[in-house]
Amino acid sequence: MSNSKKYLQEELIRISGVNPKKCMRCGKCTATCPAYDEMEYHPHQFVYMIESGDIEPLLESESLYKCLTCFACVERCPRGVEPAKLVEAVRLAAIRKQGNNRLTANDIPELIDEDMPQQAIVSAFRKYTK
Amino acid sequence: MQRIGVFVCWCGTNIAGTVDVVAVAEALKKEPGVVFSDNYQYMCSQAGQDLIKAAVKEHNLTGIVVCSCSPRMHEATFRKTAAAAGLNPYMVEIANIREQCSWVHKDVPTGTEKAIILGKAAVAKVNLNVPLTPGESPVTKRALVIGGGIAGIQTALDIADAGFEVDIVEKKPTIGGKMAQLDKTFPTLDCAACILTPKMVDVAQNEKIRIFSYSEVTEVKGFVGNFDVTIKKKARYVKEELCTGCGACTEKCPMKKVPNDFNLNMDTKRAIYIPFAQAVPKVATIDADYCNMLKNGKCGVCSKVCAAGAIDYTQKDEFISEKYGAIVVATGFNPISMDKFDEFAYNQSKDVITSLEFERLTNAAGPTAGKLLRPSDGKHPEKIVFVQCVGSRCDACNEKGKEYCSKICCMYTAKHAMLTRDKYPDTDVTVFYIDVRTPGKNFDEFYRRAVEEYGVHYIKGMVGKVIPDGDKLIVQASDLIAGKQLKIDADLVVLAAAIEPDKSARPLATMLTASMDTNDFFTEAHPKLRPVESPTAGVFLSGACQGPKDIPETVAQAGAAASKVIGLLAKDKLTGNPCVAQSNEMMCNGCSTCERVCPYGAITYEDKEFRMPDRSTLIRRVASVNPAVCQGCGCCTVACPSGAMDLKGFASEQIIAEVDAICK
Repeated sequence: MSNSKKYLQEELIRISGVNPKKCMRCGKCTATCPAYDEMEYHPHQFVYMIESGDIEPLLESESLYKCLTCFACVERCPRGVEPAKLVEAVRLAAIRKQGNNRLTANDIPELIDEDMPQQAIVSAFRKYTK
Repeated sequence: MQRIGVFVCWCGTNIAGTVDVVAVAEALKKEPGVVFSDNYQYMCSQAGQDLIKAAVKEHNLTGIVVCSCSPRMHEATFRKTAAAAGLNPYMVEIANIREQCSWVHKDVPTGTEKAIILGKAAVAKVNLNVPLTPGESPVTKRALVIGGGIAGIQTALDIADAGFEVDIVEKKPTIGGKMAQLDKTFPTLDCAACILTPKMVDVAQNEKIRIFSYSEVTEVKGFVGNFDVTIKKKARYVKEELCTGCGACTEKCPMKKVPNDFNLNMDTKRAIYIPFAQAVPKVATIDADYCNMLKNGKCGVCSKVCAAGAIDYTQKDEFISEKYGAIVVATGFNPISMDKFDEFAYNQSKDVITSLEFERLTNAAGPTAGKLLRPSDGKHPEKIVFVQCVGSRCDACNEKGKEYCSKICCMYTAKHAMLTRDKYPDTDVTVFYIDVRTPGKNFDEFYRRAVEEYGVHYIKGMVGKVIPDGDKLIVQASDLIAGKQLKIDADLVVLAAAIEPDKSARPLATMLTASMDTNDFFTEAHPKLRPVESPTAGVFLSGACQGPKDIPETVAQAGAAASKVIGLLAKDKLTGNPCVAQSNEMMCNGCSTCERVCPYGAITYEDKEFRMPDRSTLIRRVASVNPAVCQGCGCCTVACPSGAMDLKGFASEQIIAEVDAICK
């Protein structure tokens, strides 16, 4: 693994507080994911790709913004890996790298509908602000 | 003054590679009491031992220090050598200069310096050693087996076969355990009842074996060879000696709505029942929680129909005291509760079942008479999904599951899938697995047969959730190899629930002072070399109480435990360990602190007469150690506020001398 990849991997592990090595590759996170059809990379792939240092494709993927942050994967993971936290860490890294927001704060109210759970709104702020 | 001989071992290059053995022997020669010092390549070899024996004779040695490997390795060897040379074996001390010195140090000067220090400490101790003689205690030639499943049954049969008496204590009304609930057994697919029930009958007919069914162990006192055990025979309201097991009462009892635990509550039984047709002993039992006669004093039907006059509504719990030389724990396992696994909808749908429930559904003696029918509507399921590793292999912080692999699930799931496809070829069977673990004779072949010959779909991935939808169950799962999320509309979902030790194991371990791991499995004395012995002398382990096990392994371990018991019971007397606690009665103030800290119950207090200087007598309460029970752990010596307790062979004086030798 190159040094830059290694640095990025360590950074993601540090900001997420997740140890991807605990994963036993059961795929329960992906099995439980309600946003599966929308996502290019799925929760178990986030865990696996971060563990193996293959992070660039994740940074560029729309999957980052399709994750609902519903934490179903965190709740169900038998190994306590917390994949959603890794997705969020990659999202943060992508936003920091871009240097600007994906959307402005003013764009958000229009996107929110009434049925949206509060958790998703908080997550939306995480997605769209620095 | 002692005359001490020091023998420094090279252990080939194991020690000599990092310790200058000649320098160690030379340095120790100068220690007080040392009259002889030598080194040799392999002190444990016959030549090395002869060297020690010759030195004892030639130099009139009274004590020996061997600087070698861990005392765990060769202390016994060198004690025997000393005894052969006419010395008391407890005049030998080992300085561990291998595991604790040469193996952990890299350079010779450091290794040599430390070896000398360790040798000095051992010399300082031997200077204060006194000859010790182990005590002897008799052996009660009868064994107790706690638990009447296949583990307990096999252990009891093997012990009885050697001519010793055995009692089985089983908390349920019949022996048989989990195996009696199973349908077929992997990998040969013989019917569980066909191979188990003859053994149950053997137990019942064996003159050497007594069965205490519907009974529990409530108290254990004593020590190896001499256990005093109290057994509670729970009131079953039926006189065992009169009941013929005809079953007339179980047919006439008007209370029909009693959950049938033998069928995992999937059907009902009467308030008076015999768990299953081949039960041993075949005696009826009244469930006091449901019996109208016992609850309200109205009914009495069973009493009227019983031709043998066996019904006794006034029966009380009975306590029996027995003596045993050895105790075998065979308390077995249970599947864990599925209550916390909301994602699998176990509590929402009757058609989500555990594998043990599936066993009952396919068993000819089960609630559906062996027809595989859905519990909800009695229809034949067309599509069945099996989920593996439910609650097994979880993270240590996971509150729902267990950290370990339950070991038996891969094989019984393959069995269930195969048998379903065999009996109902139109049924679509899918197994979700994380890993298929099938080590064992003919095990992997069995699993492959399920896939290749019987067409079971094995999908690598886990089920995320099960959603009841009308009369279907939507199973949402990963197919990790295809990279897909699947949604399968199943008719029946079978969860391979993790197994855990029976709940009775923990209080029993406390009674036996036997140690357990964090999962409440009993700990073996050595994980590889003493797998069927508990660290507590006289307590042995059989079956799944020690860890998840299938039937072949359980039977093998049961036989092994029996052979250990036989080895113990064959002895007329047991030689104890002389390194036990001893109370100095003149210093003991009778405070009971030692009694409270003793993990083995070895200390009792007695009122003893003391003659005073003025010839009057004084009665004082003093501690008394039972040397046969004491394991020499030393807790009491630390706890004693007046310094009256001391450990023979490890006296405070000796320990301090060692510390002084190291520090000076």
